[in-house]
Amino acid sequence: MAKTVGFSVKDGSVTGAMRRLLKELLEKKLVDAVLVPLELPSREMVVQTLVMQADVLDAANPLAPVLPVTTANIISKITRLASSQKKVAVVARSCELRALIELLKLKQASLDNIMLIGVDCFGTFSVPDYKQFGQENQAPGDVFVKAVKAGKADARLREACQICEYPYPLVSDITVALIGSDLDKQLLLLANTPAGELVVDGLGLPAAAGDGRQAAVDKLVAERVKRRDEVFGQTLAETRGLEKLTSVFAPCIGCHNCRDMCPICYCRECVFDSQTFAFEADKYLDWASRKGALRVPTDTLLFHVTRLNHMATSCVGCGLCQQACPADVPVFRIFRLVGSKVQPLFDYVPGRSVDEPLPLTTFKEAEFEKVGFE
Amino acid sequence: MSDEKKDGFEPTIVGFLCNWCTYAAADVAGSSRLQYPHNVRAIRTMCSGSVDPLYILRALFSGADAVLVSGCRPGDCHYVSGNYKERRRMLVLKTILDTLGLEPDRVWLRWVAASEVPKFAATMNEITAEVKKLGPNPIGGAWSV
Repeated sequence: MAKTVGFSVKDGSVTGAMRRLLKELLEKKLVDAVLVPLELPSREMVVQTLVMQADVLDAANPLAPVLPVTTANIISKITRLASSQKKVAVVARSCELRALIELLKLKQASLDNIMLIGVDCFGTFSVPDYKQFGQENQAPGDVFVKAVKAGKADARLREACQICEYPYPLVSDITVALIGSDLDKQLLLLANTPAGELVVDGLGLPAAAGDGRQAAVDKLVAERVKRRDEVFGQTLAETRGLEKLTSVFAPCIGCHNCRDMCPICYCRECVFDSQTFAFEADKYLDWASRKGALRVPTDTLLFHVTRLNHMATSCVGCGLCQQACPADVPVFRIFRLVGSKVQPLFDYVPGRSVDEPLPLTTFKEAEFEKVGFE
Repeated sequence: MSDEKKDGFEPTIVGFLCNWCTYAAADVAGSSRLQYPHNVRAIRTMCSGSVDPLYILRALFSGADAVLVSGCRPGDCHYVSGNYKERRRMLVLKTILDTLGLEPDRVWLRWVAASEVPKFAATMNEITAEVKKLGPNPIGGAWSV
């Protein structure tokens, strides 16, 4: 059972409470740095920032409903060559933390001296939608959380968020519990690990009861699952089969943004950027003559289905592939659907635990004996 | 497709055969004049576990009617565990193809040891017969893939 403490909310501002909390971490030297989204003065966007000076955290806005890039990739980039002796608190959402755990297992990141502060997530808007939202509202994070707490469904939520069944962190040292908390009074901090407890103890906060949380989480998850299954049904109807699939991928311009934004696609040189599929003109004409015609550039479907084979077991459903697609190909829907079929084969939930091996790196001797024999 | 055309249909099957077992069995089958269908185009790989789904997909999307990956029997992998890992990869591949509606039955995985020469011929016969029943791979004629 996680140790639960309360952190007071003043003037109804949860963002303000988060800022005070992070400042205290720095001021009490519980951590050396904080990685958190900061709001730019124009309020047009938040950008993840490494902060070492406490007063800069007045601009922190971890509740801003937008996910321009995933923190998983940032931690990978920062720690891949070597981790630091300095302690860094990383404030992130569930999908970011899950992707980070997957990258850790793929040996693309280190969690040495990283303190994970997971914040419950009510969803995010697309980058352009948030840009508008941020300009319309003085305190976008608070306005958003208040609307959610008042039970208002927001149509601007990205589809990935609407159907996400993990709004709460699966792995974190400290969870900032918003779901089921009375945010007018306080937010709850759950210390899930010894390292997390040490920090919470260092803050000297009063113990609190987190009674309502589980029921509130269950209710939110049930809503998301219902919506998810509707989307899955629709996706199957709209994309299944060769004819529909080639139509769905027809607008793909081959920019590979989906791959670049995907936290799981980590290869430094992707085979699709190599010369593997470069041929002489005669080769293309040969294929064109055999099929009667040939779409060029070639291998559109091959790119997407290969990517599925490489990352679907670890897909956390963050939807950044979709956010990055300039042609509005429903990549997220297809990838999320396929992930939902592939991951249960191994009883695997990406990002659930550091200790569960990646399905494709392990095996049992007696399993799946019918594969290839049906 | 008319039955007549289907009857005359000779499928192209791309076979990724492990150097240490199935490829050796195919070699012996050939040198001992054992008859098996010519439909299987053998590609020698060092391990069934080295066959990335990319290669299988590339063959299928280029018009191969089926792809076979054949390696050492479970427990006998020359590299200890390549075949077990390939089995998981193939399960994932077949599940993905099934979800997308792309005929997972065109992907085959078999274990044939180097000494199992008659089994190699029988397996090739079996797969060729089954793929003939499936008919030509529709992706083979699709220009927009």
